[in-house]
Amino acid sequence: MQKVFGRPKGLTEVAFSFCPGCTHGIIMRLVGEVLEELEIIEDTIGVSPVGCAGFCQDFFSCDFVGAAHGRAQAVGTGIKRALPDRIVFTYQGDGDIAAIGTQHAIHTAARGEKITSIMVNNAIYGMTGGQMAPTTLEGMKTSTSPYGRDLVINGYPLDLPKTIATLDGVKYVASVSVDSPKNILQAKKAIKKAFQVQQAGLGFALVSVLSTCPTNWGLSPVDSLKWLRENMMPVYEMGELKVAEEVKNL
Amino acid sequence: MSNRVLMKGNEIIGEAAIRAGCKLFFGYPITPSTEIIEYLAKNLPKAGGTVLQAEDEIGAINMCYGAACTGTRVMTASSSPGISLKQEGISYCAAAELPVVLVNVNRTGPGLGGLGPTQSDYFQSTKGGGHGDYRLIVLAPSKAQELYDFTLEAFDLAEKYRNPVLILTDGFLGQMMEPVELKEKPTSPEVDKSWVVDGARGREKRIIASYSLTNEIGEANNLRWEAKFNGIKEKEQRWEEFYADDAEYLLVSYGTTGRISKSVVLNARKKGIKLGLIRPITLWPFPEKAFIPYKNKIKGIVTVELNTGQMIEDVKLAMDCCVPIYLYRRQGGMLPTETEILEFLEKQFKLSTEEV
Amino acid sequence: MMDKVLLAGFGGQGVMFIGKIFAVSGMIADLNVCWIPSYGPEMRGGTANCSVILSDEEIHSPVIDQADGGIVLNQPSYEKFLGRIKPGGVLVINSSIVNLNKIRDDIKIIKVPATEIANELGNSSIANMVCLGALLPHLNLTDYEKVKKAIYEVVGEKKPELLELNLNAIKKGMEH
Repeated sequence: MQKVFGRPKGLTEVAFSFCPGCTHGIIMRLVGEVLEELEIIEDTIGVSPVGCAGFCQDFFSCDFVGAAHGRAQAVGTGIKRALPDRIVFTYQGDGDIAAIGTQHAIHTAARGEKITSIMVNNAIYGMTGGQMAPTTLEGMKTSTSPYGRDLVINGYPLDLPKTIATLDGVKYVASVSVDSPKNILQAKKAIKKAFQVQQAGLGFALVSVLSTCPTNWGLSPVDSLKWLRENMMPVYEMGELKVAEEVKNL
Repeated sequence: MSNRVLMKGNEIIGEAAIRAGCKLFFGYPITPSTEIIEYLAKNLPKAGGTVLQAEDEIGAINMCYGAACTGTRVMTASSSPGISLKQEGISYCAAAELPVVLVNVNRTGPGLGGLGPTQSDYFQSTKGGGHGDYRLIVLAPSKAQELYDFTLEAFDLAEKYRNPVLILTDGFLGQMMEPVELKEKPTSPEVDKSWVVDGARGREKRIIASYSLTNEIGEANNLRWEAKFNGIKEKEQRWEEFYADDAEYLLVSYGTTGRISKSVVLNARKKGIKLGLIRPITLWPFPEKAFIPYKNKIKGIVTVELNTGQMIEDVKLAMDCCVPIYLYRRQGGMLPTETEILEFLEKQFKLSTEEV
Repeated sequence: MMDKVLLAGFGGQGVMFIGKIFAVSGMIADLNVCWIPSYGPEMRGGTANCSVILSDEEIHSPVIDQADGGIVLNQPSYEKFLGRIKPGGVLVINSSIVNLNKIRDDIKIIKVPATEIANELGNSSIANMVCLGALLPHLNLTDYEKVKKAIYEVVGEKKPELLELNLNAIKKGMEH
């Protein structure tokens, strides 16, 4: 009997430990598929962050380094500078890359560091139990914005990929979602391209993936997907935000 | 003496790092350490390495963390406020057991402080510095040749114990020019590199991380690190004794004040005062062994420090407080003269010259 | 034997440079040497100073409390360092711009109109070398020949016209 669907080789046998309905699992699977399809599992070193995304070090089948909160891209820079012929990627939540690690996000991109960053944006701090993130939407209730995010007090949500796309060292930026089969396919294409940019030695690539957090949003998995579509997609600019000339030819 | 050259302290550290096989330097400019990154920016590329000026001190130490994970020799250097910023990353390096060489060209503090030499970072250097139970191996050079020799050796020590090694110097040693013999580096001992991450080619994947949510694993890690630190304490205590054999009184001092104290010892001997010196070379492990022979032999100790009295605590512990131990210190970038140290000793122990 | 020397002046008067010449002359003589600059913001504007120790034994304390000799190229340096010369020591003063408002009679004070001499030699920026020359005969461990070699080493072959100028300035200074 022919096997038509299975676990990608880019993932280990360790079972995902995410909450029911969380889309981290889909995103990790896409990255795992890309590692397998590009035949780079043995050449790749991943950098895990702090937060729910941090569990990824057990789920991917490549070598991994666990970074301090927000520092994944600096750690990735150190690895890439030591081993320029390897593939280095970071897998980070929005709090990790867009709040506590923003200086590295900006400067890793500005330097054109030849690494790939995957940002998972669920508009909340998941692991610590649902606090406000840099990406929390206006009016959205979290445990540290119990009356809803007030723009006067907390300011506006940060659309990091849009900012990163303006920097010269950046070759590819996409903002995608995994809320529907169609969008999942698009997300995979973007993730694959982000790794191909690095394979070609072109420069920095970032893919931001909108993700759900049913537990901390207090919604069912299905309602979470609907909420993401109706509330997050209008705020965060979607699609390919930057495709450098040389990337178009890949 | 063909290799004897006149160099600035900070540049000596840079040159030694290159000769030690350091391939990557990540740093951020801060006075009075900046000549280290400047020297390396000019000279490390010629030796096939890279200097990357990071976005900040935090970036720099985390780049070191990443590079060290690959088994590459890597260094960073900074001065006190910058070293404070690096502490989180240093704690992670210790937890992940990474061989990173750190340099702190100590300036004054707390806060932004000034640029003068101090030893105000002794506690931070020797008691951990960042969060969690860990220690750095801390080397305290006091002259140009030691800046060179200790930097060379720091890379070997870091790899041998898989632990960050800190070279603690100060703005005075960093800016001073002295002759240094650029000795050939002895061959480094073979070390186990089976832990590095460099892509899982034909082997199981490896993870280098310091995360453990299981308390039992957490405790096992702490016990393993403790065993390593105990081994270092046993094997690596280093110090220099100067006229200590027959001494009735001892000065204890390291780094810049360690060498000033040698002049004090010579001056005292000329006056008939039996003064000696113990100069700690490793600040962690603190050379407790050095004090054992003197516990029931000497009449008193003066520690000479450039802080409010930090090392004196370790000296009191090492001596079980069995003799009077006093502190002579200057702070804020001031240095003591030979004369004022000797006057203090004479006053504390009532050693008027008539008695001699 | 030791020579402990303090050198001070405005930033840009070449204080660090003459310190380096002394230090290199000591290296050439295979002596122990220690050169310490004032550094950081001190270097920018205001007074610059450095200290040099030459010694035929190991230099323990690098800190000069009381110096054997000194050179002060401007007024603030004169006021700051007059008290730092040990009794019996030598202080060379650029008398072209220093007003000797205070005086000590337990040290030898050598007044050199260094700026004027430098101008006569055609380059106002070599007043420092004139003063170096004036101090030289009073040091134990270095001399004209060693300093000449040091200048060749530091200035190098890049600017041969500067070599002669520097040496002439030193010779003029030695006459004081």
